[in-house]
Amino acid sequence: MPDLARHASLQSALRAAFDARPDALALIEAHRDRDHARCPCGGVRSAALACAGWLQERDARRVAIVLTNQSKWHVAAAAALWIGAEIVPLDPKLTPGEHAALLAHAKADVLVTEFFLWRDRAFAGHAAVVEAPPNADLRGATRWEEARGGEPRFVERGRDDVACIVYSSGTGGRPKGCRMTHGNYLSQCAALLRHHSFDPGDTYLSILPTNHAIDFMVGFLGPYVCGATVVHLRTLRPEFVRDAFTRYRIAYCALVPMILTSLADGIRAKLAAVGGAKGVLLKALRGLTRLACRSRPRPAVGRLLLGPVHGGFGGRLKALFVGGAFSDPDTLRFFRDLGIPVANGYGLTEAGTVVTLNTFDAYRPDTVGRPLEGTEVRIHEAGPDGVGEVVVRGPTVMKGYLDDPALTAETIRDGWLHTGDLGRLLPTGHLVLLGRKKNMIVTAGGKNVYPEDIENVFEGLPAKEFCVFAEHYLWKGGADRLVVVVRPDGRDFVDDLRRRNRGLPDFKRVAAFLSWERDFPRTASLKVKRNDLAAEIGEAGSGGLREL
Amino acid sequence: MAAFEQTLSELLDLAAKHFEVDRASLDPDQDFFKALEIDSLKALDLLTRLETHFRVELPDYEMQGVTDFRTLAERIHARL
Repeated sequence: MPDLARHASLQSALRAAFDARPDALALIEAHRDRDHARCPCGGVRSAALACAGWLQERDARRVAIVLTNQSKWHVAAAAALWIGAEIVPLDPKLTPGEHAALLAHAKADVLVTEFFLWRDRAFAGHAAVVEAPPNADLRGATRWEEARGGEPRFVERGRDDVACIVYSSGTGGRPKGCRMTHGNYLSQCAALLRHHSFDPGDTYLSILPTNHAIDFMVGFLGPYVCGATVVHLRTLRPEFVRDAFTRYRIAYCALVPMILTSLADGIRAKLAAVGGAKGVLLKALRGLTRLACRSRPRPAVGRLLLGPVHGGFGGRLKALFVGGAFSDPDTLRFFRDLGIPVANGYGLTEAGTVVTLNTFDAYRPDTVGRPLEGTEVRIHEAGPDGVGEVVVRGPTVMKGYLDDPALTAETIRDGWLHTGDLGRLLPTGHLVLLGRKKNMIVTAGGKNVYPEDIENVFEGLPAKEFCVFAEHYLWKGGADRLVVVVRPDGRDFVDDLRRRNRGLPDFKRVAAFLSWERDFPRTASLKVKRNDLAAEIGEAGSGGLREL
Repeated sequence: MAAFEQTLSELLDLAAKHFEVDRASLDPDQDFFKALEIDSLKALDLLTRLETHFRVELPDYEMQGVTDFRTLAERIHARL
């Protein structure tokens, strides 16, 4: 494992990695079902230095990167770091208006983006545009291929200096730019690698864009410092994702719960299709695997007993990372019982990538795992049930919000980051996450109920998607009761909803439902943007609400 | 190069056939998520069908921010 403690900055760690293994295969740009390009570490270094020269000539201080999931993200980020600039990673799925607001808020002076985005965006600073067609009018921007400069000067930074300004997702109101330091990232990377190290030659499948904190860590920093290979796939189409797992014999991949669920559905359908004597045998083998994996997923057992299932993941899988939202414990158990290692965790932008991780030596699918080494988690003002706000202290907690000392003081108190999430710690140290503080109801009986907690019960409802809210979260003056917003798929869901609802303890029951026809807004990682959805629904009024 | 109206019409034909909805019920300016009752992953599936039909490659991002048939047809037409 690489010694990250000796580095003061990300650029120092990257430079050492580039120098250590110039010939190691660093990047594969996978174009659907074929290779588009391959690049060794030394190639990434040359490209980054050329770009760094261009940036330095323009005196870049803050470089915004707005790219989909691709290797030029790495090149642009390494270039910015090399000259000591800060990176502003933005979600490419945001609208032109949102991008403009965040670029202005961050005071970015250089923008690196893709042509399809640049078509309807504007920027006052220098812009480098990737993948511009020949003869395209770039409105003053520089073609990426031409954003090349002379030999750049390497600028070192310290652990306490800001490396990235990361906007926390799902914010409907004022922009929250988290100032993440070099120390934050180096500590996080070291703690993660302790559990999930890359061996040289290991492949990481990147399907989330690198502005996503988990991809920045396990799809950018981690692989370089370990000498692993990152495979970028620019499509989420299931056929190509499946193909990439086997083609590149993937060791790690970070997913969001929605994609994990879709993978589980695919496997379930395949398993269910096996009939006759084979079906009986399969059932027996699954039973054996489940028995062996009771305490933890054991891929070696799974590969032996359920070869075809594991073969679908390439046969070399070390872990699928899933985070960023609430993972369904049943889905986690489903994978564990097949011996497929899924490491779920809990993190938030303000505290780096990962606060807690479900490690395989103490695997609890009903939790988000235990705090990573160096990170402390406590429950603030816990009630008699042990539930309270999750607060975090440690080397990965941000330096504060950009230009917002008031919000920073409100969020980080006495060194503890107040997450706004509610949870409970088990005696084993595992954290049970219950939901967002503001999206919570307190029943007449004094019980706290978390809509996210109820959603698991409605999983499988005959509808396209659904989301549970506290009524007062949607409409000002709304009651302290739960409502479910359902996007129907044409089938009747009401009876099913009533039946599931009756199965809940009375204080957890949903009181009313609303049929909602529009696609739920989701982040690049496909997490429902609760704030945005709530705002849309709030605007539309409560006229369509029906009692259950 | 075929006229834009032709592209739009073929797109609507294909969408109606693939998702088994009445072609006459589809309107070019309609929200296709709603009209076809599909989610974002299914929309990518539609993109795959359209690629085969028009013999053109359509990256996932061509779907970004697009919700109506007409805009989607424009994006495809620009690549023909």
